[in-house]
Amino acid sequence: MSIMQYNGGSVIAMVGKDCVAIAGDLRLGNQAMGISSNFDKIFDMTERTYVGLPGLASDVLTLHEQLRYRLNMYTIKEERTMEPETFIHLISSTLYEKRWGPYFIEPVLAGMQKTPSGDFRPFIASTDLIGCINFAKDFVVAGTASEKLFGVAEGLWEPDLAPEDLFETISQTLLNAVDRDAYSGWGAVVYVITKDKVVKRTLKGRMD
Amino acid sequence: MPDGSFERPQQRQFNPYSENGGTILAIAGADFSVIAGDTRQSEGYSIQTRYAPKVFRLTERAVLAVNGFAADGNMFVKKVKQRLEWYRHAHAKDMPLRAIARLIQTMLYAQRFFPYYVYNILGGIEEDGTGAVYSFDPVGSYEREACRAAGAAQSLVQPFLDNQIYFKNQTPAPGTNHPTHLPLPDVLSIVIDSFTSATERHIEVGDGLEIYVVLAKGRSTQELASIGGLQELTTRAEGDRMFVVRRDLKKD
Amino acid sequence: MATASVFCSPGFDFSHEIRNNFLQERGVPLPKATSTGTTIVGCLFKDGIVLGADTRATEGPIVADKNCEKIHYITDSIRCCGAGTAADTEFTTAMISSNMELHALSTGRKPRVVTAMTMLKQYLFRYQGNVGAALVLGGVDATGPHLFTIHPHGSTDKLPYVTMGSGSLAAMAVFEAGWRPNMERADALALVTAAVSAGIFNDLGSGSNVDACVITASHTEMLRNYVRPNERVQKERSYGFRRGTTAWKKEDIRNMVVNEDITFTGAEAMDTS
Repeated sequence: MSIMQYNGGSVIAMVGKDCVAIAGDLRLGNQAMGISSNFDKIFDMTERTYVGLPGLASDVLTLHEQLRYRLNMYTIKEERTMEPETFIHLISSTLYEKRWGPYFIEPVLAGMQKTPSGDFRPFIASTDLIGCINFAKDFVVAGTASEKLFGVAEGLWEPDLAPEDLFETISQTLLNAVDRDAYSGWGAVVYVITKDKVVKRTLKGRMD
Repeated sequence: MPDGSFERPQQRQFNPYSENGGTILAIAGADFSVIAGDTRQSEGYSIQTRYAPKVFRLTERAVLAVNGFAADGNMFVKKVKQRLEWYRHAHAKDMPLRAIARLIQTMLYAQRFFPYYVYNILGGIEEDGTGAVYSFDPVGSYEREACRAAGAAQSLVQPFLDNQIYFKNQTPAPGTNHPTHLPLPDVLSIVIDSFTSATERHIEVGDGLEIYVVLAKGRSTQELASIGGLQELTTRAEGDRMFVVRRDLKKD
Repeated sequence: MATASVFCSPGFDFSHEIRNNFLQERGVPLPKATSTGTTIVGCLFKDGIVLGADTRATEGPIVADKNCEKIHYITDSIRCCGAGTAADTEFTTAMISSNMELHALSTGRKPRVVTAMTMLKQYLFRYQGNVGAALVLGGVDATGPHLFTIHPHGSTDKLPYVTMGSGSLAAMAVFEAGWRPNMERADALALVTAAVSAGIFNDLGSGSNVDACVITASHTEMLRNYVRPNERVQKERSYGFRRGTTAWKKEDIRNMVVNEDITFTGAEAMDTS
C-alpha cells in the first residue's frame, strides 16, 4: 500500500472552447475507512487559476499553504497576479526542491491564461510528485482513480466543448471513474472556468 | 567448493507464470453478443507478436476470450474445445452456453492450487435465444452479466462501459427511460472506441482488434452490412450466425 | 515557514527525509515518479549532429503524456536528449543550461560541448546515480561536432552514433545497419527518424511522434514532431451528453464582471441657472 493511496482522492482537468474545467472528489479516508465526505482538494489560487491537490491529506494542506505563501509573495513583489503557466512552474520547482523527500501530491492545474492581446486562453497542466510538468491540450488526471479517469476521459472527451457541455463531460468522466475506485468518491465538485465567470457545482453521485 | 559441491543449502526458484498484456471485453445485447480482444502479445517492454488471437470460437453460438498468461490461455482453450468435442460425440449436439460456463468453472477450480493464470469471458447465445456474457476469475468464480472488460486495460475500459452500456450516472431526459439493451451498431461503436481509447493510454494494448459477433437464429444481419472488415464464420445454415470484424489498432 | 523570503537556500531540501524514512520503515513503499521509457538517439554526420527522440512519457504501463518534449535546450548550438526519471532530466538540463549561459557570459566565448558534458557528469556523479538522468548530449562548437552519452552514475562515452533509453537496442540495430561516415544531412535525418521509429514501434516504453534536432556550425534546427505516425483515428461515434444529464445539488457562481443596476430616484436636475 503506497502513501499515495493512504487518504485516497482524485482530480481531473479538461479543456473546452474558451473554457476549462477542473473536478475532484470529496473523500478523505484512512486506507479503506472513509473519514470525511467534505474534503475539498481543489483550491482557488487566483481569480482564474484553480489547482487540485490529490494525494496524502496532510501534504494537501501543507502544500496548499506553501503555494499560497509563495503566490502571495509573488503578487506583492510583482504587483500583478500570477498566470497559470507561471504557476505550474512554481508548483514544479516547489516539488522538485523536495526531490529526496517529496510531498506525496500530484497537482492538477486549470486556469485561463492571459494572452498578450488581453484575451484569455484555456490552460491545463499537471505534474508528478517531484514536479515533472505535463502540458496537455486535452485533459490531465491524477489521484487513486487516475487509470480509470484516463480510460473514461479518452473515450468521452472531444474538442471545443462549450462550458455547459464541458461540465457534463467532465462530471460524467469523474463520476464513472470514481465509482470504480474504492479510494475515491463520496461526493464531487466541478469548477467550470470561463473568462468572466467561475461556476462551482456540487454533484449528486453515489455515496458508497 | 572446488569439487562443485556446496557449503550451504542452495535455493533455486522458477516462476512458472508470466503476464502477456492485452485486453478483452464482451457485451450482451437482447438477441446478440459481441466478444472482442486486441491481438498484441507482450512481455515487459517487448512485443512478442502483433497477432496472437485471444478470442476463440467454441461452438456455433459460443465464443471464449482469454487474457492473462498466454501459454495458460492457449492450453485452457485447447482443453475446453476438447471437452466440447467429447460432449458432441456423446450427445450429438453442441453444449449449451450456460453448460459451457459451468464446465469452465469446474475446469478452472480443478486447478485451484496451481491455477491457470487467465481471466475468461464467455459470450454467445443462450438456449432461449438471448445474448449472454459470463465472466470468470482465474479459479472459476463466475457470473452472468451484460458487459465486462478484463485484462491490462480493464480499469480503463470498465468505467467507460458502465457509463455507456449501463448509463450509470446519467439522468434520462424527462419523460424517457434508458434502454435495457443497446442496438448492435451502437455496441460495435462503443467496443471499437473502447479499444482505441485503451490503445492511446495503455502501452500493452494495440496492433489489432478482433470482434466476434454472434447473432441469434432468425435475427436480421442488416445492421452489419455497413461494417468494414467483416467476415462470416457461420458453418451451418439455419442457426445462429457468427461474424468476425477485424480492425487495425495503433502499433506504437 | 521560518524564512521571510520566497527563496529558500539553493539546492535540494532534505526536510521530509525523516518523515518519509519513518513511513518507509513502517512498510510503506515510496511511490514512483513519471519516467520516460524512451528512445533517444544521436548521430554524427558531415556537417554536424542530428538528435532524435520519441514523445511518450509513462507511469508504469500507463501513458502519462502522449506528446512530451525530450530534446532539451542547453545552448544555441548544444542540445540534450533525456531518458529516465522525467523530472530529473528536466531539471538537470535546465540547471546546466543556466550554468552554461553564465559560463559563456564570464568567458566571453561560445561554450563547448565538453564543458556541458563535464558539468553534467560531475553533477550526476555527485548524486551517485540517484539523480536518474540518462542523457544524449550533442552539439557543435569551435572544435567541431561532438556527441556524448552520459549515464546516471556519471560515466560518459564519445561515439559517432549513440542510443539510450528502453528503446536503445531497437534504435541501435538501425544505426548499426545504416550508419556511414560523412553522411549528408538528409540521409542522417532519415536514419535518425528510422532509428527512433524502430523504438516507437518495437519498444512499449516509447511511442507517438519523432522529434528531431539538426545542429550545424551555423544553424540549429529543432524539428518538433518531425514525423507523426501515430495520430488517433476518428472515433466511431460522438460522446456528447444532453445538457442536464449530470445531477447536481448546489451551484455557486463567482462573477468576475460586476453588473450594477443604477436606479435614478426622483432627484431633480440641479438648478444651474
